Amino acid sequence: MRATLTRIAGLAASVIIVLWGAATLAFLAFRVLPGDPVSVMLGPQAQVSEAVKDGIRVDLGLDRPPLEQYLSYLGQLMQGNLGESYQLRMPVAEVIGRQLGSTLQLTALAMAIAVMLALTVALFVRGRVARGVTAGIELIVLSSPVFWIGLILLSVFAFGLGWFPVAGTRNPATIVLPAVTLALPVAALLGQVLRDGIEAAERQPFATTVRARGAGQVRLTAHHTLRHGAAGALTLTAYLVGSLLGGAVLVETVFARPGIGRVTLSAITDRDLPVISGIILFSALVFVVINVIVELLHPVLDPRQRRSREVRR
Amino acid sequence: MSASRRMLMAAALLVLAVIAAMALFPQLIATADPLRTDVRSALEAPSAAHLFGTDQSGRDVFSRVVHGAGRSVGIGVLATALAVVVGLIVGALAGVAPRPIDGATMRINDVLMAFPEFLVALVVVAILGPGAINVAIAVTIAAIPVYVRLARVQTRTLVLTEHVEAARILGVPRVQAFTRHVVPGVLGSLSVLATIGIGSSILAVAGLSFLGLGPVEPVPEWGLMLSGGRNVLGTAWWISVFPGIAITLTVISATIVGRNLRAQAEGHLS
Repeated sequence: MRATLTRIAGLAASVIIVLWGAATLAFLAFRVLPGDPVSVMLGPQAQVSEAVKDGIRVDLGLDRPPLEQYLSYLGQLMQGNLGESYQLRMPVAEVIGRQLGSTLQLTALAMAIAVMLALTVALFVRGRVARGVTAGIELIVLSSPVFWIGLILLSVFAFGLGWFPVAGTRNPATIVLPAVTLALPVAALLGQVLRDGIEAAERQPFATTVRARGAGQVRLTAHHTLRHGAAGALTLTAYLVGSLLGGAVLVETVFARPGIGRVTLSAITDRDLPVISGIILFSALVFVVINVIVELLHPVLDPRQRRSREVRR
Repeated sequence: MSASRRMLMAAALLVLAVIAAMALFPQLIATADPLRTDVRSALEAPSAAHLFGTDQSGRDVFSRVVHGAGRSVGIGVLATALAVVVGLIVGALAGVAPRPIDGATMRINDVLMAFPEFLVALVVVAILGPGAINVAIAVTIAAIPVYVRLARVQTRTLVLTEHVEAARILGVPRVQAFTRHVVPGVLGSLSVLATIGIGSSILAVAGLSFLGLGPVEPVPEWGLMLSGGRNVLGTAWWISVFPGIAITLTVISATIVGRNLRAQAEGHLS
């Protein structure tokens, strides 16, 4: 019981440290860089007198000492206030919140497709030749930019065969091609890790025992060696979610879908600093939450971790 | 190495040689001026006159792919080289630093390593702002953590080896023993990893320019060219397809060569 509590306290501390680090990074990044935030905010064409700029500076609190600004920034964050977008004149939390659903649907579907693809390959692809071919396909997918895969799928299945609509969001079928595009590189990476784990487990003595009992190849994988592969894949979860988020920026652009990716891209091109720092903080939050879940899931998947922990204490 | 793997390695090296020739001497290979527009011959399909066809403003796609190699591959190679140097310095120093400094450096490094390169590069561009130079900086920063980790591990292993011990016993000063006998070994393993890293750096550069955050028109760059052709994909596929093939072929070849080098290096050690 005490061990569990210590563990939860440790996790909570690491969550706070990562979030604080991300907030500090976002704060410093826009302070250290050359350029006056107010000029950036008004855009290069704006004809505004210095007096008006000073007024805006006072409004934003940019005339106060850096430490005071930093503390009030942290204070606002603690109340869930991410600031206001320069371009959209709307709270950053609302900007992100409005687009979150669309990106969440896309990434969740992509993750599901990727896991299904990787599992199918891990369970049913057997033999040297078939595994070699799979490894070749994975190499090609991982070596191709995700937007390039998206464009190929778009021209074959939307323009060529007409199976799916080209763009838009009204028709539910529009999500299929973007989700598959986003899923392919993740599936390839996941497949590689799963296969490495499974092949390593198959070389261990227990695999011979299972085979000697008369279990077939699929049963051996599904009941025994897959766990070994899955434990390796689980540690990659945060990385995979990261590549889904990064990929979402590209995929949403290719398929003209609304979402966090599009918000990020326009915030970068418009130099909308509050939105950029909001998105950095949001990604850090996602990253931390996923890591905590993975940390809690690990002993469930791998009984050896449970036992070794008990033995140690 | 089996015959088929040797063939694959040879093919990959050949592709890289061609790409390198395109990057270094584009004028010798290109058949036309990559920037010359000619509205009368816009959107022509691939033919003997225009091997890869022409784009919306009649520019020769083949010549643009050839001239694009320097920027697309060049930024990737340069960023990887810089990342190796920074990674070597930081990692090797962390490897011999007192424990608190070593621990703190590696903790930060591990957090950075937990994110995919493209996402880190995107965040850096978001902070610095768009532009070709900022893209190069971003891709460099994104690539560094992997090399820091490997350099630290290798340094800690090499410091304990016999030849370094021997140098110390012979009275070689500590700093010199470090730079002459430890650093070259670390650099060797980093450069093997860098061959694979070039591939992911090229992908990151292409992704950022595809988003319009890197070089701007009319500069020939593969990611940007792919983006320029995507609205006419149904009618003029060649504008996007050839730069896309160029990116994929380059990255695959770099990965194959890198994996082979790594397999050889590991074979030597064991």
